[in-house]
Amino acid sequence: MDIDALTGCLASSACLVTQTTSGFIIGMLLFLVAVGLTLIFGVLQVVNFSHGAFYMFGAYFAMTAYQVTGSFALAMFCGAAGTAILGLVFERVFMSRVYGGDVLMQLLVCYAFVLIFDDLVRLVWGPEFRSMGMPSAFQVPPLFIAGGVVPPYYLLLIGVALAVAAILGVGLARTKIGKVIRAAAHNPGMVSALGINTGLIYGGVFALGGMLAGLAGALAAPVRSLTPGMGFSVLIESFIVTVIGGMGSIFGALIGALLIGMIRSYGSLGFPLFTDGMMYLFMVIVLVARPTGLFGKEVA
Amino acid sequence: MTETSRPGVSRRSTLALMGAGAMTFATPWVARAQAKTIKIGMPTILSGRVAQLGTSSRNGVMIEVDKINAAGGLAGRQIEMVIRDSKGAPQEAARVARELVNTDGCELLLDAEASSGAFAVHEVARDLGVFCIHTNSETSSLTADPKQHIPNAFRTARQGVHDSIVGGGYAAAIAKVKGLKKWATCSPDYAYGRDTTGEFVYYLKQFAPDVEIVSDAWPKLFQPDYTEVVTKILQAKPQALYSALWGGDLTSYIDQANIYALFSQMEVFAVNMADYTALTVVKNLPKGIHSGNRYIKTYPATAENAAWGDAYKAKYSEYPTNWSWENATAVMLIAEASRKANSADGKKLADAMRGLTIKSPFGADGTVTMRAEDQTLIGYAIGWGTTIPNEPYVPEVKSGDWKQILALEAEWKKTKGYT
Repeated sequence: MDIDALTGCLASSACLVTQTTSGFIIGMLLFLVAVGLTLIFGVLQVVNFSHGAFYMFGAYFAMTAYQVTGSFALAMFCGAAGTAILGLVFERVFMSRVYGGDVLMQLLVCYAFVLIFDDLVRLVWGPEFRSMGMPSAFQVPPLFIAGGVVPPYYLLLIGVALAVAAILGVGLARTKIGKVIRAAAHNPGMVSALGINTGLIYGGVFALGGMLAGLAGALAAPVRSLTPGMGFSVLIESFIVTVIGGMGSIFGALIGALLIGMIRSYGSLGFPLFTDGMMYLFMVIVLVARPTGLFGKEVA
Repeated sequence: MTETSRPGVSRRSTLALMGAGAMTFATPWVARAQAKTIKIGMPTILSGRVAQLGTSSRNGVMIEVDKINAAGGLAGRQIEMVIRDSKGAPQEAARVARELVNTDGCELLLDAEASSGAFAVHEVARDLGVFCIHTNSETSSLTADPKQHIPNAFRTARQGVHDSIVGGGYAAAIAKVKGLKKWATCSPDYAYGRDTTGEFVYYLKQFAPDVEIVSDAWPKLFQPDYTEVVTKILQAKPQALYSALWGGDLTSYIDQANIYALFSQMEVFAVNMADYTALTVVKNLPKGIHSGNRYIKTYPATAENAAWGDAYKAKYSEYPTNWSWENATAVMLIAEASRKANSADGKKLADAMRGLTIKSPFGADGTVTMRAEDQTLIGYAIGWGTTIPNEPYVPEVKSGDWKQILALEAEWKKTKGYT
């Protein structure tokens, strides 16, 4: 424990800016992965254990597109669109067959695809780690705000994630398709009886979840090394986020991700050897106090 | 219609008995035929973020095994390598190592694991008594600590304390010239990272006593995100940073630290930077990172080393890594020990290998020695220099002095209670 470092930081505007931004960066990437996970659970009642693979594919698709075209925007688009298509195919061909089945069966299918997807990446891109590299537009000195350091690329990352949160929130609450999705989550039989194709909704939600994870992977690609299996560690933290926020709650995923980000950011100063432990401890405390998570009732 | 079984021995049983009898009589012939081949087991990391290094370990071994087999084998026995993926998990490395010996019939082991797995394989070697060379683990205590010593285990990997002595001296000289007094460290949180960083700091302070460590960060091995680690170091405002991160972890860290302009705010000493694995993967390699040599074909600057690096590249379409030469050296030593002992038997190889000196493209003076007292490699080329983003990547390397290394290592062992 280094309480002096933590209190010293809290008293310094430069440190507050840097560490809070750092918490946002960690949290926002986690949010993009976790929100897809929680959305799929909220509507389909499936714990998509293979969700991390979409994060991995998003990163690899983006890297390849960037290498071929040199365009960062196109790389992000390919990362998101590619995983959306992959998610749709995966849901229609495989997952849709186990919806009525045992939870264990769903987990087994998902886990099988974690291994299959990892091997696919190994076959296509090779087993070695890869690096996409930072686009030249973002190879600029960091911004100094109140003495704190903020890289411009991370501002973009935070902005994209916040925009996604806003679009999802408004889209689900205010639009017709959002209402249909929420209705399908509560009573799929009734939605189907009204003549709405629930299979299409399920496929669409899975594609959207995959796309969000893929977008997170694409945004992470310039600053993280790419390797087969890279989705697994992100998946674990995303599960923590969804458990804290409440399975099925988009707002909960946002708050959960930010809390984890801040724990990691400030924890590295105050309790560097217990940062991971603190994340799990926090999750346990939330589960004991509110077994459904902080916003568990706000099912999408 | 029902079928009744008749008492006595059935025709099927008779055939089975005859078959078993034939197998029993044929077994000595099969065994003799198999004895012409010697199986060497090799657990290594062929998947995950370190897969490239595991593959380069396999390549380093195969380039030398092919030479030995072409020249008639190990004491007349052709080598068959049995290489398995441990996925970088210590428990899997131990399981694979045990299976290689007990199930696959491997008579020798090349443990091409990182330190996290090497200690697990070491216990398997202790338990089974099988001849074993640790080819990748640089954690000093693996061979320096007498509690770890077993007569059948050797190490051809470089040793963290050797790198730290040379690195500490090199860094201290720069610290004195540039006035670098406030230092931070950032290394992976496992045996290798902790040991090597502790040793580097020890020697840095020995050579530059006014140095102060103002911050230390210990990210987990294979951690995907280093943001909080980077910002923690920035908060401490050090003048210099030491890191023992390696492979994909190091490249990831560089990418993430780059956008915080960390490399322009402090001198960076990354012991594992000067390896082709990292040098060729990082897209925006900052100029002027100080690094120990891992494997570069221009150091040692000899025709033999350049030829070995080029031959490797011609065969595998990429340059060797630090793990490549360490594994190739293991095979070279086995070959020479086998010639000396005129045998491929593990115990005889071990006896022949203690104190053995061989010619090597990786030697500081053209030779390397398997030191008898702790069964670890000495005499390999070791130095530090600064990196540039293009070939030759480290244009000038300041060589370490092995006399000084050995003298300081002996003192270090005393302070640790190893001697």
